[in-house]
Amino acid sequence: MRTVDTINQLLAQLPVGLSIGAVLLLAALGLNFTFGQMGVINMAHGELIMVGAYTAFVAQAWVGLPSSYALLVALPAAFAVTGLLGLALEAGLIRHFYGRPLDTLLLTFGIGLVLQQLARDVFGAPNVSVPAPPWLAGGLTVAGMHLPYARLFILALAAACVAATAYYLSRSRSGRRMRAVIHNRDLAAVSGIAVRRVDAATFFLGSGLAGVAGVALTLIGPTGPTTGTNYIVDAFLVVVVGGLGQLRGTVLAAFALGLLNAMVEPWSGASLAKVVVFAAIIVFLQLRPQGMFTVRTRALT
Amino acid sequence: MTSTSASSLSPAAAPARSRAGRLAGPAVFVGVLAVALGVLPAVLEPFRLNLVAQYLCFAIVGLGIAVAWGRGGMLVLGQGVFFGLGGYAMGMYLTLERVSSDPLSGGVPDFMSWSGISELPLLWRPFAHPAVAIATAVLLPGLVAALLGWAVFRQRVRGAYFAILNQALAAAFVILLINQQHLTGGTNGLTRFPTLFGASLYSADTKRWVYVAVVLVAALVYLAFRQVVRSRYGALLVAVRDGEDRVRFLGYDPTWVKTLAYTLSAMAAGVGGALFVVVMGIIAPSSLGIVPSLMMVLAVAIGGRFSLAGAALGAVLMNAAETAFSESFAGGWTYLQGALFVLVIVFAPRGLAGIAESAAGWWRSRRQPQGSSQ
Repeated sequence: MRTVDTINQLLAQLPVGLSIGAVLLLAALGLNFTFGQMGVINMAHGELIMVGAYTAFVAQAWVGLPSSYALLVALPAAFAVTGLLGLALEAGLIRHFYGRPLDTLLLTFGIGLVLQQLARDVFGAPNVSVPAPPWLAGGLTVAGMHLPYARLFILALAAACVAATAYYLSRSRSGRRMRAVIHNRDLAAVSGIAVRRVDAATFFLGSGLAGVAGVALTLIGPTGPTTGTNYIVDAFLVVVVGGLGQLRGTVLAAFALGLLNAMVEPWSGASLAKVVVFAAIIVFLQLRPQGMFTVRTRALT
Repeated sequence: MTSTSASSLSPAAAPARSRAGRLAGPAVFVGVLAVALGVLPAVLEPFRLNLVAQYLCFAIVGLGIAVAWGRGGMLVLGQGVFFGLGGYAMGMYLTLERVSSDPLSGGVPDFMSWSGISELPLLWRPFAHPAVAIATAVLLPGLVAALLGWAVFRQRVRGAYFAILNQALAAAFVILLINQQHLTGGTNGLTRFPTLFGASLYSADTKRWVYVAVVLVAALVYLAFRQVVRSRYGALLVAVRDGEDRVRFLGYDPTWVKTLAYTLSAMAAGVGGALFVVVMGIIAPSSLGIVPSLMMVLAVAIGGRFSLAGAALGAVLMNAAETAFSESFAGGWTYLQGALFVLVIVFAPRGLAGIAESAAGWWRSRRQPQGSSQ
């Protein structure tokens, strides 16, 4: 009987885990480009998420869009805003630091500090909340489990973003160029691919996805200047566990970490769950130091 | 990291310096020590002196970062954890000293009695002895770093992976501290220490002695790490940083080389934390998390990660600047800080020490246009 109880308990945590996983996935998807593929330890990614969240706030509170469709406007708007911001950062600063990952970490942290303080000066230090559209109020009850529509929407949004990214990378010409540059930069360059333009495009895409994640976060909590910082380390861990630059790795790792968090929490409390997840990651890296999936190369490191 | 010139890194690369040049370093060291011990306690009021002692605690942490990051190429972004382990070990002793002198406490710290604990937990008991507390403050951070370092370096986890694991460690550590409130005091941390070894910590006299102790420990750590980086091991560490696989092919095992440097840096952070508690009278999770850990590294980046003196100076200057600016105009200071990090990384990746070295090199080459000093 006790095992059945345990299994039931774990099953009850399934939607929680999936919803944590979806949030992690959205936050990590953009990092998979800027960190995973370009090797930039982009600490400002958290602040780009924050900018995305504030874009949703501006769409309602300043522009005055009604909350019924403000969300749908905010998604592409946030993608554009953070994408362009990322593009500017890449062109102005980050491109000088390719190949020096640890310096990019300190550099982007400095940028993140400035962005945080800007948010504090423009929107004030207290958190703001963005009203969710009325059609996301309430939820489904399936087999005794309550599934809020907002969480389901985030799950669907994450799935849509993954599908769009996968389609772009595998089917479109510019997506294929991007993969070529990541696999072998020199060979791509001699094949006539404008690698610098591809770099910029990769950064635009990664930063834009951060904006989308930010809008999604407004659905589950208030927005503040430090919104992004709460997610950034978890997002990095997802990319590390999944394997650098591996889309399917990121997806799997996000849901694995989300589920693990949700499963451990009931019997250990939220504080130990974090520690257990950390220990699990260390053990996992013992088995697969390069993450779940790796690009097979003959390089030594 | 290949852009750094050899002269700033290897001890052997200072071949043809004059006698005066060779003696300049020790002379500066003795001079700084003399000013710190002889002049500052006489001219500064106790409050200011205490602040200097606080900066020096971070300088000790910075020395460790300079070894692990500057020499070993390991970006240690979780030094707050080791700082905290040292700080809490010492803080537990100080708390128990207060409890034992207070007949109303019932033998347990107040935050424990609030949680309904009436008997001292087993974890706390050994810390009633100062020797145990001090030994733990130094050795426990080293042990944790050694185990973690061995586990990850053995599997060749490095670079960004290692940095992010350290950050995650800092995040998990802080969450653990806050949530184990009945053991750690939660968000408030450990604070209110009236006495150290029976002497009142509020008296100007004790503060002065604490300051002297901090200066001496900082000087000792500096000298010890100077020996380390100048030894054969120090050369090996730099070699591992610049070409780990080559070192492996030469028959060395980079795992223990890196683990040792990481352990040393963690022990320095533990010492810094233990002293910090005595100086500031508080240790709390808010000074140990991801951002404080990053700040410790950034101070070293600004001072110069390849130079021990630069790292220590960077820590002192950044913390001094923080006290000077953050109270009067907090927002402006954050902008300045962010801009400073960007500027230093962009224009002076070797930090203040790098600028000083370039200036010294330019001065020497001006004085000896032929380029040879013999």
